[in-house]
Amino acid sequence: MCLSAQRHLCSWFKSLLVVAIGGIVEIAPLFYLQNTIEKVEGMRPYTPLELEGRNIYVREGCYVCHSQMIRPFRDEVERYGHYSLAAESMYDHPFQWGSKRTGPDLARVGDRYSNEWHVQHLTDPRSVVPESVMPAYGFLANAKLEYDNIAAHLATNTIVGVPYTQDEIDNAIEDLKAQADPEADTDGLFARYGENVKVADFDGNPNELTEMDALVAYLQMLGTLVDFSTYEAEANYR
Amino acid sequence: MSNSHEREVDELSGTETTGHVWDGIKELNTPLPRWWLWTFYGTIIWAIGYVIAYPAIPLISGATSGVLGYSSRGALDDKLELAKEAQAVFVDQIASMSVDDIVANDELARFARAGGASVFKVYCTQCHGSGAQGGNGYPNLNDDEWIWGGSVDQIYTTIAHGARYDADPDTHINEMPVFGDDYLSPEEIESVSKYVASLSGVEGGAATEEGKTLFEDNCVACHGEGGAGEPDLGAPALNNAIWLYGGTLADIEAQVTRPRHGEMPAWSLKLDDATVKELAVYVHSLGGGQ
Repeated sequence: MCLSAQRHLCSWFKSLLVVAIGGIVEIAPLFYLQNTIEKVEGMRPYTPLELEGRNIYVREGCYVCHSQMIRPFRDEVERYGHYSLAAESMYDHPFQWGSKRTGPDLARVGDRYSNEWHVQHLTDPRSVVPESVMPAYGFLANAKLEYDNIAAHLATNTIVGVPYTQDEIDNAIEDLKAQADPEADTDGLFARYGENVKVADFDGNPNELTEMDALVAYLQMLGTLVDFSTYEAEANYR
Repeated sequence: MSNSHEREVDELSGTETTGHVWDGIKELNTPLPRWWLWTFYGTIIWAIGYVIAYPAIPLISGATSGVLGYSSRGALDDKLELAKEAQAVFVDQIASMSVDDIVANDELARFARAGGASVFKVYCTQCHGSGAQGGNGYPNLNDDEWIWGGSVDQIYTTIAHGARYDADPDTHINEMPVFGDDYLSPEEIESVSKYVASLSGVEGGAATEEGKTLFEDNCVACHGEGGAGEPDLGAPALNNAIWLYGGTLADIEAQVTRPRHGEMPAWSLKLDDATVKELAVYVHSLGGGQ
């Protein structure tokens, strides 16, 4: 079947064929099977401030040490909470599942600690967890948040399927500022993203919108969106 | 792939050669060990059985579910159910009893302390420390000063409803006035802070008449006579060496001028009642329980 002169090339093609078939059989169904992503209530695209925080999370490489994937095992569920659903990362591009836990899983870190705790912990991790090996990220509190291009970030996400509306894109900067300011008019923010958006001066510094604001807003949202009271576990057994 | 159809047999070993020759050196075509080959065939047969028994092949609208009906999420739920049943003999009693009665029952208290200790490691150590030693802004739970009371029942209430946690209407709420804004001048703050410092012998403290008067006018209503503290109002004692936000004169002045207010989650919103009770019994047992 293979001429000897082309033998190397030929076996290379055969290997590729085998790997490609394996890949197609394992990966392609995930894109067309309806049950890959569970039907849940509460998932929404990230608010502009949360998206900024997510970008900082990715930029700082948080995923190198922290996973966002609670696996369906008893020890994980008892420590971190309900196992992660595919639906919970459907607006993640790219997803932050991670593959290494030097620190704990963060899939449900939202609502677990106060904003003040997060700021203190990011600024000086060992002041609250003496045995921690996490680097300090105090500079985030002094780094002014660059949000001029946030509307473009939302628009870019729509290209890969995140359902941001034109209204949300147009009001991105306004929504971003409103979420970090408890005194602001948040009607528009709630109307666009729902009542479960957390509004606060996340970094405790009312004078400036910093990267700390965005990162804490993102962390406080993680894992809190899906309404598990309406989630049908048995219908989604996999 | 072979070029040669008539394979030569090596005289010395009696094994066929592959027909490949490099610089006059020929390659023996030694067959695979039988045990290896049969193991390999065995894994293929195993795989066929596995595909039939377990979820495996993706089809049009879903994957084959396998004749055993296994799912990893279902298996987890079964396992959690089993664990729950195994603990039910204790947990059901804990759920139905008051924390005072649990503490009085040796067997239940032992179970509750062990359960509470493991839950504490998951949910509480991030703020209160892995030894419950606390830190700046987070109370030490080993000592005998309790902001909201140190009986096991008061501890239970604090864990269940938290402090200044908006989502729970029963949460502990108090707020120390921002004396630096309108109420006191900087000189008065200095004077009353020095008086407070003097109550526990903090360096720089001075029990002046002015300080004492200011203290009695502004602080006693919550912090009690002589700064003894008032757990019903969540007002910490000021007459001992235990300080939430630091124990130097400067720390005291900072707190009077612009007080910090800690927040604690209402754990009844996240954990079931029996677990909250176990936590209360554990924290109460740490050393300072009243």
